[in-house]
Amino acid sequence: MNSNVRRTTLAVLLGWVAIIASSAVLPQSAEPVSLSADEIMERSQRAYYFAGEDAKGRLTMELIDRQGNTRRRVLTMLRRNQESAGQQKYFMYFHEPGDLRRLTFMIWKYPGRDDDRWIYVPAIDLIRRIAAEDKYSSFVGSDFSYEDVSGRDVSEDTHSILGEEMLADRDVFVVESIPRASAAFTRRVSWIDKESFLPLKEEFYDAQNQLQRIFTASIIEDVAAGEGDDRRIYPTIMKRAMKNVRTGHRTEVTVVSVSYDLGLQDDDFSERRMRRPPRAWTR
Amino acid sequence: MRRVTPILALSALMLSTPSLSQVNEDDWRVEVESFLLGTYSVRTAGEPPAGPEGREFLLAEERLRLDLTLWTDAIDAEARLKLDALHDAVSRDFDVDLREAYLDYSTGTLDFRLGRQIATWGVGDFLFINDVFPKDWVSFFSGRPLEYLKLGVDSARVRYSNSALNLELMVMPRFKPDTLPTPRRFFLHDEFVGVAERIQILPDSGFDDPEFALRLYRRIAGFDISAYAYRGYWRSPGQLANDPDMPTQVTQFFPALSVYGISAQGQAMGGILSLEGGYYDSRDDKTGDNPAIANSQVRFLVGYQKQLLDNFTIGVQYYTEIMMDFDNYRQALLASGVPRKKYRDIVTLGLTRFLKHKTWTLSLFAFYSPAEQDYLLQPQLHYRVSDNFSTTLGANVFGGEKPTTFFGQFDRNDNLYLTLRYDF
Repeated sequence: MNSNVRRTTLAVLLGWVAIIASSAVLPQSAEPVSLSADEIMERSQRAYYFAGEDAKGRLTMELIDRQGNTRRRVLTMLRRNQESAGQQKYFMYFHEPGDLRRLTFMIWKYPGRDDDRWIYVPAIDLIRRIAAEDKYSSFVGSDFSYEDVSGRDVSEDTHSILGEEMLADRDVFVVESIPRASAAFTRRVSWIDKESFLPLKEEFYDAQNQLQRIFTASIIEDVAAGEGDDRRIYPTIMKRAMKNVRTGHRTEVTVVSVSYDLGLQDDDFSERRMRRPPRAWTR
Repeated sequence: MRRVTPILALSALMLSTPSLSQVNEDDWRVEVESFLLGTYSVRTAGEPPAGPEGREFLLAEERLRLDLTLWTDAIDAEARLKLDALHDAVSRDFDVDLREAYLDYSTGTLDFRLGRQIATWGVGDFLFINDVFPKDWVSFFSGRPLEYLKLGVDSARVRYSNSALNLELMVMPRFKPDTLPTPRRFFLHDEFVGVAERIQILPDSGFDDPEFALRLYRRIAGFDISAYAYRGYWRSPGQLANDPDMPTQVTQFFPALSVYGISAQGQAMGGILSLEGGYYDSRDDKTGDNPAIANSQVRFLVGYQKQLLDNFTIGVQYYTEIMMDFDNYRQALLASGVPRKKYRDIVTLGLTRFLKHKTWTLSLFAFYSPAEQDYLLQPQLHYRVSDNFSTTLGANVFGGEKPTTFFGQFDRNDNLYLTLRYDF
């Protein structure tokens, strides 16, 4: 046995001893000890935008103006986390309204650079690229931007912990995020659930430091995937809302159904699927 | 969306059993989607033309769209029928416009589509090089919605999808020409004005000698790259008079054409860069000395689209077509003919602004040809009143130095249009 291997074995053994000792001595706690703001936001990002290997959900979006007039979008959204860290592929199919029916969007997300985005216009059988800077634009007229829908790199902002408190009977971290470069907001405050790491509330502030938009997650459910020993639980926001404080317009998103770890393939996110999504996705 | 599933409903009434739901797997199901569309386009440049359909209104029609989809879980297949029942107040006709009618079937890496279908290739916005499929320019010039620019073509299409290379092949046994403005309803430049007798001869393509369109595509270095080949016919006709000096009859015919091209689209400089090129081989006039047949051409397009502000996008394009046998063309040109330049180019500017949660869309699409010094401006205001009801107010403004150029000839067809669409 050479000395390197011996040293490694010793280190592993000592490590185990340390873990066992600490768990015996220290009181058990649900919250990990002293997470940094960046770590909290990383974990929140993973819980919210990266849960599972892949996911498929049917969403209803209600766009409600100040007068209470409501418009409805129904869409199926698929997501796959790519093998390369941080990369994801998204696919969206519109069921309603009538003039958007069968329209599909595809987004390939890369950390640290612009996404690739495509739109398929079924009426003329056209596939087109769309500019990635569109990320701050409203997603199909809702109060969510494209960025809100598919996530924002944690490294794009500097994060600091403002405190810990209770929000609707949940223990939360309160984290402030300031964009490093110009963005759709100048400051965001997030209330992150200590257990699931899902954001329960977010406030977005504009250049004048005026409150612009408020995000709230009102229903969270545990969604299971796999069976037996392989069973995994993904806490999922089933109902969320974004309200524009200034215009009084708000968007409520309800997850009608969701499943994780379906075994979606890389080539499920292709021109072929945009033109002819499988029935299993669109029914 | 209404799903009419009689057997499913019946089985629910009968308190469905596992065996019944098994039966349902083989059921064909029908989805019905519909809309009502009214398009009213009024002339704004004075007196209407003398043609039999020359009226104050360039277009005044109501369409009832019936869109049926028939499908089953048993096999990966679908039948689709899209047709418009329409009332045209300008021609005072009722008609049926069969937009698309096809069967889809998928197996493994292959997708088949058989029947009348719309296809769109290439990367240009309203400028077409490798999109060799029929278009309806009357719709485009008089205010019908975008989908009416494209005409369905009777075709068998197969698509092979693979991560290394994708392939799409269309075989078209029935030639369909572009729908172009005619003197019946439009002011336009007519080389044979006063000749009443016009005969249109469509190519005798048929199943023995169909048109072929092929597209190969994949991603290379982050760009969507396509290569195209087409063997068929020009979709706008050549014209031949029976007697060049005293014509009494003009025959419109569609000369043989092959097109070979490539396109690329991807991200560059914070926006989307589009490049497209093609060689138009005018096979019935290889030397370019037949004045009735369009010369062979090289076409090229570069486009760039960028978001300037949130919900505000700008797009610019430059397009040019170059005659390959210009000298022969000039020598052969009839004395009466209006000579064209060797080059014809077009610059376009597109601006789109979404307002009020995308309920309002303000847009402008402008064409200007430096070579021909003519233009077309298309401003548009679109308002979604609700999820079911939307309305568009827009205009087509033509102009040019000469009344013989592509846009210039339509100068007196300026129009203001209103569309109303109700989905149900």
